[in-house]
Amino acid sequence: MTSTTAAPRGAESRPPTRPGPTDAAHAPSPIATSLGYVARKLGLFALTLWAAVTVNFLLPRLMPGTPADAALAKLAQNGPVSEATKAAIEAQLGVPTGNIFEQYLAYLHQVVTLDFGISYTFYPQSVGELVSAALPYTLVLVGLVTVVAFVLGTLLGVLAAWKRGTWLDSVPTLVGSFMSAFPYFWTALLLLFFAGYVLRLFPTSGAYGPTAEPNLSFEFFGDALYHGVLPALTILITSLGGWILGMRNTMISTLGDDYVTFAEANGLKPRTIALRYAARNAILPNLTSFGLALGGVVGGSILVEQVFGYPGIGYLLFNAVTNQDYPLMQALFLMITVSVLIANFLVDILYGVLDPRTRR
Amino acid sequence: MTTSLPPTTAAIRAPITAIGEAPSAWKVVVRVASTVWSNGKARIGLVMLALFVLLAIFAPLIAPYGASETGFERSADGSAAHWLGTTAAGEDVLSQLLYGAQVSIFVGLVAGLLSTIIAVLIGLSWGYVRGFGADVINFIVNLFLVIPGLPLMIVIAAYLSGGGIGMIIVVVVITGWAWGARVLRSQTQSLRSRDFVTAAVFSGERPFRIVFREILPNMTSLIVGNFFGAATAAILAEAGLEFLGLGDSTVVSWGTMLFWAQNSNALLTGQWALLFAPGLCIALLATSLTLINFGVDGISNPRLREGTKR
Repeated sequence: MTSTTAAPRGAESRPPTRPGPTDAAHAPSPIATSLGYVARKLGLFALTLWAAVTVNFLLPRLMPGTPADAALAKLAQNGPVSEATKAAIEAQLGVPTGNIFEQYLAYLHQVVTLDFGISYTFYPQSVGELVSAALPYTLVLVGLVTVVAFVLGTLLGVLAAWKRGTWLDSVPTLVGSFMSAFPYFWTALLLLFFAGYVLRLFPTSGAYGPTAEPNLSFEFFGDALYHGVLPALTILITSLGGWILGMRNTMISTLGDDYVTFAEANGLKPRTIALRYAARNAILPNLTSFGLALGGVVGGSILVEQVFGYPGIGYLLFNAVTNQDYPLMQALFLMITVSVLIANFLVDILYGVLDPRTRR
Repeated sequence: MTTSLPPTTAAIRAPITAIGEAPSAWKVVVRVASTVWSNGKARIGLVMLALFVLLAIFAPLIAPYGASETGFERSADGSAAHWLGTTAAGEDVLSQLLYGAQVSIFVGLVAGLLSTIIAVLIGLSWGYVRGFGADVINFIVNLFLVIPGLPLMIVIAAYLSGGGIGMIIVVVVITGWAWGARVLRSQTQSLRSRDFVTAAVFSGERPFRIVFREILPNMTSLIVGNFFGAATAAILAEAGLEFLGLGDSTVVSWGTMLFWAQNSNALLTGQWALLFAPGLCIALLATSLTLINFGVDGISNPRLREGTKR
């Protein structure tokens, strides 16, 4: 943190919206600063986006073997593949041809038009169809749980820092750090074993019952909710600790700042100091992580989805990887990366609004 | 009041180092160890870690059977001969558990060290250089930071399929170094404006020496903390990849034990020990490292030391 944070602030001043005295002396008008900030971030975003898209293009080409080999190796298991068949398969699957620059242009065209061709594994379904079938499950399940975990964890973290040294601090910190050390898949396996197999409280696999048809009826929603309980619980248990610890540690830091001591000296109510002063400034790093976590929602939770056979994006990626389904894998990885990039960009902008010190 | 508090003792000591009287490495280790040990949580962590390391080292002596020794009754429950039962392939679960500790600790140690070395090299140079070079490093590190870790690991593991533990270490290091680099960089930036660095520059020291002999010793705690963090992440990542069957499934590790447990329907046969034990070990080992880090945090930030009120 810069020295401007340490400037004592009056009881009514709002730290995040007022630039420090040193900034004000030679700073251009606030609007110009904001526009410059957004433009700089936008430029960086575009550059990072391009780099990520290119990494996704290069990754399979840097590795031993080509996507075509993988597809043909699968066919070769059923007997020898003739040259004609090979050419036909390559044409059918849209295996890239031409030199690396032509391939790159073709790939960029695919990215822009969002047309990633046909899946090797789930032939003849297109990559687009598979993704749009899986996305809603992941978005609802992981998205909701992420929001709940963030709100609950941050509140518990505030409480732990404020009641430092009491059981309200030690219990959430110890339990939280123990729980975040749990391997996701193990928590999932244990819940599945006890609640699914031993007690038979919840279904053991899938996002809806074997007889249900995905539609917009209440029955289907109830069924989907019932199937979502265990995966949701797993993600909540393993992610809560991180939010608690993150919030607690930053808030202990802000509680030591001079403006908090000043507020105490002014005789403000402890709750006002905790929430309006310390927590308000301490939440910024957690907010960044939250933004990134929201971006990560699209990627789903690969391990949890795999254990529960939950048909989301993570499960799809796992299937694509184990079946060496390169078109599907590339599209999914690109989608996951780009969502995190967009979330990161939005968080940067939001951060600039909330904390003017970052708009240097 | 400055909000980023480096260890006061280190800041005072630093100019002396510049003259050439470096404190012996042994003294630094003792000082760091005693600060960490003085924290109650860290003490629990250190004891747990020591226990795991001893079990791993002496696994061949303690384990009742070989790790891949088959031929016992299949999917048996716990008994006097097999305390934790046997796997679906007829191996002794307890022996596998003990040998599995070797893999986790090895991967945690090697991957943690490698990521920390990369993080130190990149983070410190990045914090020291200015201008275009810093922008380029900034861009690369940010790219690694935003690309989601687990999907990247899985995709790389898929392309490098069948590489075994070495491949897992490579994947974990590629995806794990960037976070530490960023943390170390910001600390370097704040240290480089200190007087002792200016003094070193004026006395004509080369940048390489300034970064790694003057600045680096002041960040011992951050680097140690980074190592434990990276090792925890590596252990969890290794177990996750092996559980997904992306590692070498013939190696006996806690991750592969769970992989085989799920694939041989241990859930249906009700072998809770086979499901429970490897995961608990991973969780306990990872927790021990996290707990140690509570004590390490206390070195760099006295506010996080136990028993001190703000």
